[in-house]
Amino acid sequence: MNVELRDLRKRFGTVTALDGLNLTVARGEFLALLGPSGSGKTTLLRALAGLDFLDAGSITINGRSMHDVLARKRRIGLVFQHYALFRHMTVARNVAFGLEVQRRAERPPKATIRARVQELLDLMGIGELADRYPDQISGGQRQRVALARALAIEPSLLLLDEPFGALDAKVRKNLRLWLRDLHDRMGLTSLFVTHDQAEALEMADRVAVLRNGRIEQVDTPDRLYAEPANAFVHEFLGESIRLDCIVANGAALFDGIPGTVVPTACPAGPAIALLRPHEIGLLPAPGPARVDSLHASGPMRRVRLTLTGRVLEVLLAEGTAAPAVGETCGVDLSRARIYPA
Amino acid sequence: MLILLALAAMTVLLVLPLAVIFTQALSHGWDAVLNALAEPDARAAIRLTLIVAVITVPLNAACGTAAACCLARFQFPGRSLLTTLIELPFSVSPVISGLVWVLLFGANGWFGSYLDRHDVRIIFALPGLVLATMFVTFPFVPRALIPLMREQGAVEEEAALTLGATGWQTFRRVTLPNIRWALMYGVLLCNARAMGEFGAVAVVSGHVRGQTLTMPLYVEALFNDYDWVGAFTVAALLSLLALVTLALKLLLEWRMGRGRSVLA
Repeated sequence: MNVELRDLRKRFGTVTALDGLNLTVARGEFLALLGPSGSGKTTLLRALAGLDFLDAGSITINGRSMHDVLARKRRIGLVFQHYALFRHMTVARNVAFGLEVQRRAERPPKATIRARVQELLDLMGIGELADRYPDQISGGQRQRVALARALAIEPSLLLLDEPFGALDAKVRKNLRLWLRDLHDRMGLTSLFVTHDQAEALEMADRVAVLRNGRIEQVDTPDRLYAEPANAFVHEFLGESIRLDCIVANGAALFDGIPGTVVPTACPAGPAIALLRPHEIGLLPAPGPARVDSLHASGPMRRVRLTLTGRVLEVLLAEGTAAPAVGETCGVDLSRARIYPA
Repeated sequence: MLILLALAAMTVLLVLPLAVIFTQALSHGWDAVLNALAEPDARAAIRLTLIVAVITVPLNAACGTAAACCLARFQFPGRSLLTTLIELPFSVSPVISGLVWVLLFGANGWFGSYLDRHDVRIIFALPGLVLATMFVTFPFVPRALIPLMREQGAVEEEAALTLGATGWQTFRRVTLPNIRWALMYGVLLCNARAMGEFGAVAVVSGHVRGQTLTMPLYVEALFNDYDWVGAFTVAALLSLLALVTLALKLLLEWRMGRGRSVLA
């Protein structure tokens, strides 16, 4: 039981939305699609749901090709970014919709539908809203209704398009935990789109980073953060400090920082060194960096340095000796990851 | 000052003619009005107008809704051209709209001799009146629906599809309820115009009393006969229809406005 996407391609006029995308989602997995806007996330979801047609590539769900399967026969639950609730129906009718439109032979009896709807609404914690209309409930409640409506058809795959995009920060935080818990309890397989890295890293089993219609890296959140596959992923996830360097004879050399040599497997030529702010160490004077300011925020201290004409901020762990403002010091770049430019 | 001027102009242009119609109709008392309405030709004119409306309005409601769905939901080459074409009946003189049918189906028209051989009468008969009226009133429904459907977007319909609904179920359960007030608005205007149309119908009517005269044409015929009471009585009936239409239109606009503000 899984979802297999092979070499998906889609163009809108001259714009390439999906450019040979490959991805496998395992059963029970909670996978986040993370990428800047225009990276093809929403196109991918719509193609999976059968709302957009692909130019090429294959979608296989549980071993069955979705090539000729209509959207309404796919049994894929889709929670739209702005929920797309049926505005003229009550919450209960919205949730019942997927059951009521089934063919007579397969449709459960009315009483069963009613019970199932109430059960779902109770599960979402909005049992008392059954008779309200979508415009009479809050954004967070609407999202739960949209989710209940999608789950009513017992989807083999649940798709969520920016599920928290339209909510304020406080509601968002609570809903994240709740949704993750719901996913686990119901044994769902979910794919959710977001451009918020904190959301993706906090909730997902694995995160797929998209750029320009391709997947740059799929990995668990901690591996993605610790071992980014390329410079894009490194800079997209978390804070990054970028330094230019030259690779020669298997080592990166930095202009204006004499004596610093970082071994690397990167091919010779111009390259980029990337570090997290806490990965730069400060060495005793003298050195090429000048301390501009010190700022204690929480357990870490933020040190602003000028290095080869550029300003950068370094995080110093507790208990590390910090230089005084105005002094010069050396920098330890040994933890830098070197990527080809 | 400007407001006063506008008010005065409105009184002269709108209220005064209406008042004249009703006072003229009642100038010889209620009995004269009832007699004028009891006239067989008057009955025939009313019946014909209703028949034309009963055929054209549902047809235009169905076709207009289909056209609006097509133009508001699908992207295809020639879409903007078609959107413009839908407005054609409004931009062309009603007389031309009538003449087109005469040129097509009249005795000397393209299909005239063929129809004649098969003894099918379109011009100077009910089918001609229906065709001319349909053509003239076609734009009302699409014009009421397209802006609303564009504004609402297709997202609810897409949601219905992913939940397993067929195209028809989606239309019946999602699209139609969302556009119902606008559709009624379009149907109302379509109906008002269908009953009140003069120019296009005048060309294809043939002016046979008791057979091919609709109410507006009958008013003209009576007027030409110096039958003032009769003319103004039927005119008053048409004006009443206009007033009812106006009231319903206000009601629908209020409903639609409420619907919209609720969505925001």
